[in-house]
Amino acid sequence: MNAVLLYTILTLCVLGVLAAVILYFVAQKFRVEEDPRIDEVEKMLPGANCGGCGFAGCRAMADALVKNDDISSLSCPVGGNSTMKAVATYLGKAAAEKEPQTATVRCGGTCDKRPRTNEYNGAKSCAVAASLYVGETGCAFGCLGFGDCEVACAFDAIHVDPATGLPAVDPDKCTACGACVKACPKNIIELRKKWPKDRAVYVGCVSKDKGAVVMKACKAGCIGCGKCEKVCQFGAITVENNLAYIDPQKCKLCRKCVNECPTGAIKLVNMEPLPKEPKAPAAPAAPAADTAAKTDAKPKPAAKKATPTKKTATE
Amino acid sequence: MKTFPIGGVHPSENKLSCAKPIEVLPLPEVVNIPLAQHIGAPAVAKVAKGDKVVTGQLIAEAGSFMSANIHSPISGTVKSVDLVANGQGLRQPMITIERDGDEWAEGIDRTPTLVKECTLSAQDIIAKIKDAGIVGMGGATFPTHVKLSVPPGKKAEVLIINGVECEPYLTSDHRTMLERGEELVVGVTILMKALGVEKAVIGIENNKPDAIEHLKKLVAEYKGIKVQPLMVKYPQGGEKQLIAAVTGRQVPPPPALPIDVGAVVCNASTTVAVYEAVQKNKPLIERVVTVTGKGMKEPKNLLTRMGTPISTLLEAAGGLPEDAGKVINGGPMMGRAMCNLDSPVTKGCSGITVMSGRDAARRTATQCIKCAKCVSACPMGLEPYYLSKMTQKKGLEEVEAQMVTSCIECGSCQATCPAYLPLLDWIRLGKQTVMGIIRARAAAATPAPQK
Repeated sequence: MNAVLLYTILTLCVLGVLAAVILYFVAQKFRVEEDPRIDEVEKMLPGANCGGCGFAGCRAMADALVKNDDISSLSCPVGGNSTMKAVATYLGKAAAEKEPQTATVRCGGTCDKRPRTNEYNGAKSCAVAASLYVGETGCAFGCLGFGDCEVACAFDAIHVDPATGLPAVDPDKCTACGACVKACPKNIIELRKKWPKDRAVYVGCVSKDKGAVVMKACKAGCIGCGKCEKVCQFGAITVENNLAYIDPQKCKLCRKCVNECPTGAIKLVNMEPLPKEPKAPAAPAAPAADTAAKTDAKPKPAAKKATPTKKTATE
Repeated sequence: MKTFPIGGVHPSENKLSCAKPIEVLPLPEVVNIPLAQHIGAPAVAKVAKGDKVVTGQLIAEAGSFMSANIHSPISGTVKSVDLVANGQGLRQPMITIERDGDEWAEGIDRTPTLVKECTLSAQDIIAKIKDAGIVGMGGATFPTHVKLSVPPGKKAEVLIINGVECEPYLTSDHRTMLERGEELVVGVTILMKALGVEKAVIGIENNKPDAIEHLKKLVAEYKGIKVQPLMVKYPQGGEKQLIAAVTGRQVPPPPALPIDVGAVVCNASTTVAVYEAVQKNKPLIERVVTVTGKGMKEPKNLLTRMGTPISTLLEAAGGLPEDAGKVINGGPMMGRAMCNLDSPVTKGCSGITVMSGRDAARRTATQCIKCAKCVSACPMGLEPYYLSKMTQKKGLEEVEAQMVTSCIECGSCQATCPAYLPLLDWIRLGKQTVMGIIRARAAAATPAPQK
């Protein structure tokens, strides 16, 4: 009996050693050379695997960072500029500085502003609802409120507020990875420039309907009246397809458009609104803009000069 | 008795209006005509604001081969050509016409005399059907002239007339077969001539014994036409299911079409429309719409001009009941719930079903218990629970590999699910997304050979 046990153990040991030797040589022969820097770079990256950079995950991003000579087009939205800088210094390459962004929900159709016209009881998903019909309200463009963005967010930064029925973004947690932008079937969420103290001015509406249709469906919608476009000194606002859009690159947060907007579609975040000028409505449009510019121009005359040249350029 | 081999369910029939003769709805004052009321490219408007039009006049022309002409259902003035909300509240380009009298275009024979003789050639018949803008009136709205133009290398062997009407509640085809049987049978002979086939089968479920009897009597004098009673099972009215039930042949998965197994299927109402177009020069401007529902005072079958607001039809059937919870364009299985009752009747609208709030409410979905009832109910042999889950998990490659494009959206899976899961909602989304991916892939592949 003991002999059988002994032989068994011995045979297994010999087999094990043999296999180890074979494996050693095979590993030598078929070894895959991989740049050790990829591992190092991967460690530097946040490891969220969110895909916000456009790659399948942090490993794929690290691979791209090491292999590409020019990494200025690559950026990690989660790690931000500090991570990219660290990686660039490690690799001896130049990373492009990217301004911080944050997700912005461009819909102001809260429960009280946008009345419900019907009830949906299908699968609780914006994508499903959008594929079936217009949504629970009369607005064909607004937020459906079933929270596909919330599900898509890997950073717990966006939540549907039950009081408003709209998603709210936590700017501290938002990394601008763009997952919610992709998840929204109505293209409501946009990545916009992140100002200090999370200030923001943006058009909280994406409805391309005509003014009358918008008014009927929602009290907070953009009706495309163009008042904001006229009052903006920086040429930041364009009205196209009955919808105003504020270019975050050109906007200087002067807040004049906010006071002009008749429906309150232009949203102001973490900022006090400008005091309303009583004489503004009486004066004709063009001089009103002029006087407004003068009163505001004291601290920054350069901006005031820029306005007319831009206007002539566009005209 | 014959039926299709796999899957299927037995929803309660509720054919409330099956004994109600077709009534003619008074002419509407205003109509909205969507430019896209068929599968394929939308039609191109040929009229502008302020134009005078007469009944039967061409107002929008087919945008491509896979498209259909649209004719004015009333005479009057074009008020606008603009975006108008459809039944689902989505803005669609529509032609709005305000009625003024009742003037008809020249050449339309409005007498009720039955014209049996058709001396036209197959080409001419198809051309006439194309001009009349006829599309499948069972709901799918596939342009009929496309169906009849058999691609080279393929041969049609049998024409199947779809008189199944398996959808609960709806009775428009049933009444059409009963009241316009003579015209239907002449329509069948015209379609047979257009296709060059010797054999035609009219498939009718045996919950319509009167229609079966009536048509059997009528087809006795014609050669090659047969009435085939079928066992009652939903979704027998699906094209592929009907082919399987009548001929025993299975249509291969997409992109294969019924013509690949030598069959062409045409709805009963469409066949009557074909008769009218070919023998009477009358374009497709009206159809029979069933207005029904348990709460409706008078469920009815109404002969309605296209573009009539659905609210008018509901008024004609006694108005919306107080407990109305859902108005469906179509039947309860495949119809689409509406949020805008001012939307118009279109070529594919076979019925309006009103359901009470209690009947319409969905029960709370629980967990899938892997009972596989949906798998046995699926008439296409798919795995609904898996397609639904994979769509939710965004595994679209797997969804495509599992043949989501074969899904006919009949809703048998959802109707049979003991956990009340919204299976079809997800599968439909998956199908739409996958179709989009396939189209994008095809678009990316086509320019390559030109380079």
